[in-house]
Amino acid sequence: MADQSKLPLPVPTPETQHFWDGTRENQLLLQSCDGCQKTYFPPRPFCPACASRSVSIIKASGNATLYSYVINQRAHPAFDGPYAIAVVSLEEGPRMMTNIVNSPQTPEALVLDMPLKVCFGKVDENITLPYFEPAGDEL
Amino acid sequence: MKSNSIAIVGAAETTEMGLIPNTSQIMLHADAALNAMRDAGMKPGDIDGVACAGEVPTAVAHYLGIVPTWVDGTSVGGCSFMIHVRHAAAAINEGLCSAVLITHGESGRSRVGAGQYRGGGRSSLAGQFEGPYGVMGPTSMFTIPFLRYMKETGTTLEHLANVAVVQREWAGLNPRATHREPISVDDVMNSRMIAYPFHILECCLVTDGGGALILVSAERAKDFPQKPVYILGTGESVESPMVSQMDRFESSRAFKVSGNKAFEEAGIKHADVDHLMIYDAFAHLPFYGLEDLGFCKPGEAGDFIMERNTAIGGKLPVNTNGGGLSYMHSGMYGMYALQESVRQMRGVAPAQVKDAKISIAHGVGGMFAASGTVILSNQEF
Repeated sequence: MADQSKLPLPVPTPETQHFWDGTRENQLLLQSCDGCQKTYFPPRPFCPACASRSVSIIKASGNATLYSYVINQRAHPAFDGPYAIAVVSLEEGPRMMTNIVNSPQTPEALVLDMPLKVCFGKVDENITLPYFEPAGDEL
Repeated sequence: MKSNSIAIVGAAETTEMGLIPNTSQIMLHADAALNAMRDAGMKPGDIDGVACAGEVPTAVAHYLGIVPTWVDGTSVGGCSFMIHVRHAAAAINEGLCSAVLITHGESGRSRVGAGQYRGGGRSSLAGQFEGPYGVMGPTSMFTIPFLRYMKETGTTLEHLANVAVVQREWAGLNPRATHREPISVDDVMNSRMIAYPFHILECCLVTDGGGALILVSAERAKDFPQKPVYILGTGESVESPMVSQMDRFESSRAFKVSGNKAFEEAGIKHADVDHLMIYDAFAHLPFYGLEDLGFCKPGEAGDFIMERNTAIGGKLPVNTNGGGLSYMHSGMYGMYALQESVRQMRGVAPAQVKDAKISIAHGVGGMFAASGTVILSNQEF
């Protein structure tokens, strides 16, 4: 996992605070529209599909698949050697950017559509970042 | 826009290109603008509309001594200038102004008098949900969709490398191109890896430079010294400021919306197009451009380029200045794609496509975040 003290950490806004409160409790929270049932990310207090302000916070399963990635070769102070910057597809539909942890950072180990599950990296009292790791045989 | 109602009567790049350590960013705008005004036989007093990106129109207008009745500071990345053309056409047709100057200048390499790239910072959605994962600008972000594109289409790393090879052939014909020596697919695939699967020769250059355009109504266009280049159609769109939130990774929605709108306005068919510029910040962009504009079916662009259709002597010459990969790329390259389209339509390009009558300049902004398309012609339709 990255040396998180050297990452530009998120600064929550009123509309995203629930997400970061969730990760602090090791929960990945999404939002779902009470009207059209659309589940979406990143957070906003209305549905991007139908504009309803009636939306609910839901807990994601944490199951995902690897959608795409690059393996960045340029030196980054927070990472030790090349590292993957990935986009994953959550079981609920939305995609999010992340790092793939507990895996070699190689094309051989990182195969598109491989099953992943969420895990959490605590940075400080306020911020815990969601990461993903290979789901292995658990799925 | 109303097809064929507007023409480009002035077009020029900065006097120097590449490494310009003795010139600030605002002066690059001005240098290009002065060259374009000379090209059109115009003075600042003849200009009453100003559009630019990178600098604000206030700064450019005041620096050049222009008193505008219309300004446009649309700044959505490298395709801003295609979008300025579209907005300028609408403004001239509406009578808001009569002669629009569009400028670009960027001290992309030397960073003289260059502002910081604006972003929302760590509280923006990108700052919260992409920033913490080690992203380091376009090389590590614009490239992320491509492995998915490969899997969905069967496109290979050789297809990707070949884009750089073919564009280098075009650059070899262009004395102003930054890199002109031929390269092979092996050269590209053996060059330094930047962000797997992208090698350095599949990433655009970082240089200094600028360009400017002057637009007037088509009815006035013949009163200027240069051969008019008419605007047949235009398109624009935006998708997401976060690459991770693109609808699909094997296609750009913004490209499709912008391209379809431009074709619709121009009322032309793909077979009518003689020359095409696709903003190539990275070597995968021509695949998306060819497919999302409808020149190739999904997944066929890699073979289309491999079969030399876009190369010298091919049926659809693409990126004939060498592109962002070999010609130059100051950061917002769209202006240079437009300049090459204008040169091709005037018949004065270093790698001139014989008898070309219709050219398209298609731009991207941000990382698939925005798009602008301009269809140009040397013919009055």
